[in-house]
Amino acid sequence: MSEANDPTGGVVADEPGEPDEPGGPTDGAAPGRGPEAVPPGARPGAGHRRAAKGREGLEPPLRHRIITVSLLTVAAIYFLTPVYWLVVSSTKSSSDLFGTFGFWFHDPHPLDYLHRVLTYDDGIYARWFANSLMYAGVGALAATLLSAAAGYALAKYRFPGREGIFNVILAGVLIPGTALALPLYLLFSEIGLANTYWAVLIPSVVSPFGVYLCRIYAAAAVPDSLLEAARIDGAGEARIFSTLGLRLMTPALVTVFLFQFVHIWNNFFLPLVMLSDSDLYPIQLGLTSWQGYADRQPELYQYTVGGAFLSVLPLMVLMGVLQRYWRTGLTEGSVKA
Amino acid sequence: MREAPRRLTRAEARSARAASGFLLPFLALFLLCFVAPIGYALYESLLKVERTGPLGLGGETKQVWAGLSNYVHALEDDRFTAGFGRVLLFGAVQIPVMIAFATGLALLLDAASARWVGFFRTAFFLPYGVPGVIASILWGFLYVPGISPLVEMADSVGWNVDFLGRGAVLWSIANIVTWQFTGYNMLVLIAQLKAVPGELYEAARIDGASAWQVARHIKLPLIRPALVLTTVFSLIGTLQLFAEPKVLKPLSNSIDSGYTPNLAAYNEAFTSNNQHIAAAEAVLLALVACVLSFGFLRLVGQRGKDGESG
Repeated sequence: MSEANDPTGGVVADEPGEPDEPGGPTDGAAPGRGPEAVPPGARPGAGHRRAAKGREGLEPPLRHRIITVSLLTVAAIYFLTPVYWLVVSSTKSSSDLFGTFGFWFHDPHPLDYLHRVLTYDDGIYARWFANSLMYAGVGALAATLLSAAAGYALAKYRFPGREGIFNVILAGVLIPGTALALPLYLLFSEIGLANTYWAVLIPSVVSPFGVYLCRIYAAAAVPDSLLEAARIDGAGEARIFSTLGLRLMTPALVTVFLFQFVHIWNNFFLPLVMLSDSDLYPIQLGLTSWQGYADRQPELYQYTVGGAFLSVLPLMVLMGVLQRYWRTGLTEGSVKA
Repeated sequence: MREAPRRLTRAEARSARAASGFLLPFLALFLLCFVAPIGYALYESLLKVERTGPLGLGGETKQVWAGLSNYVHALEDDRFTAGFGRVLLFGAVQIPVMIAFATGLALLLDAASARWVGFFRTAFFLPYGVPGVIASILWGFLYVPGISPLVEMADSVGWNVDFLGRGAVLWSIANIVTWQFTGYNMLVLIAQLKAVPGELYEAARIDGASAWQVARHIKLPLIRPALVLTTVFSLIGTLQLFAEPKVLKPLSNSIDSGYTPNLAAYNEAFTSNNQHIAAAEAVLLALVACVLSFGFLRLVGQRGKDGESG
């Protein structure tokens, strides 16, 4: 079976040949080890693939390279311009936001303004930030563990109804989250959960996509023979899962965690529907409320911009790291067409 | 899966128990957060509030059976159906543009010399870390006359642009979505490109194929599964369009309360306090999303049945 035809993007095809290296599919994407950084032959069995790509031997002509780099530069300008504007604008007062040219600095006071963002309204911004971190961090961690256990069970045990359950979970991937949020709010109101931390946390820990990814990965990366050997040694099922299963599934778990973290951090509709107490808000919700009041309180324009700048920083750093991790991790979830 | 069939032994009974132990926590929450809301929305959508008392004013309210009248109401509401038409038009234009853009960038990066690839890849992917709301606030500032340096620059060369006008605002929103998600889709495609064995390229090069021919005839067909994946996820995302129009609404007169189906359902529930119609609209939205994404998967699945992928 050639990897190219494998809709799961290689994870299943890669594994059987490398049973001792569960990290196989994703480890080519570990930080600092992007394909261009891997010396040919660094990893026996996979090295020949990378070496054969050998760009050194078949350099495209100079003209092609110039065209390629110019096109890429134009695209980079498009993607970076708003970010650049945000950096410049976070150093301006509200009146300078309106009065001066947006793509250049004017009387910059970055620390002063950011300090005001952090202290406005008794430091509510810091609270929103902490809320966002809590929702995304706790939610993603719980989602990862739940997905790991469910995916592992679906991959490694045989029981009646297994495929049926899996198909229902898969259908969950295709249901728009926002279509669920409204009825979920009505439901949570009935049982008194609306407008609490739980209202955002509970739905955030359910990741059908995570289960899908974990099942595929566990099927390939956790050998049955190893489980059998552990059972013969007398280990219980829970212990086998927590010591062997989780460790062998680590690359997939990292992907699920990061995926879900970004998903929860970026989610707007769910907290908007669920929360009315601004003490429970995540950042996005808080910033839109500032933006809404900015007509009456012009300094809020500046706080919105400064707050947006601060909120974007951690995820931007995370993105820089992620794009290396996710190089191969993502297609493991390819939909079977 | 791969073991030979045996009779149910004591060990296997034990493992079935273990399996349910691993599955149950997820399944319980899945039931609560996916199955129950759908059931509840269906139930709510079939009810309506009826006021008792003289002239239907004041007094008690109670929920009564409404049949499909909420659905009829939603489908007869021009604003709601116009919102659906709008997101479908949006998807028909924005998704192909974004996927083509992402594919182009992925192929360029795959062909580019190694030194710059890391910088460009990071630059393209960065916007994915900006939440939709923040991206909309950000671009909102870049669209509003008086604050936007883009409008100012266009003005200075005598070009009068109105990013938030009636005809333009939908495409201004499309730009925000494209800005956010092109890099992510590009990364999915690059991941698939990396899974293509290098021998294929080498063979093609030796046969004298140009870089363009390699891209067109080898790389593109091989990243098909990733293209399908990104398209389906984009489709689901498009139907849910909410944060962008909600944030831009105060800035533009052209965005009404039913601009997208999601916005309509939200306003129906929280502004008009009519949760039964909101539930019907949520059900319709989920239904259309499922039909479209399953339909698309079937469509490409049938055309793609040339290999083992089924």
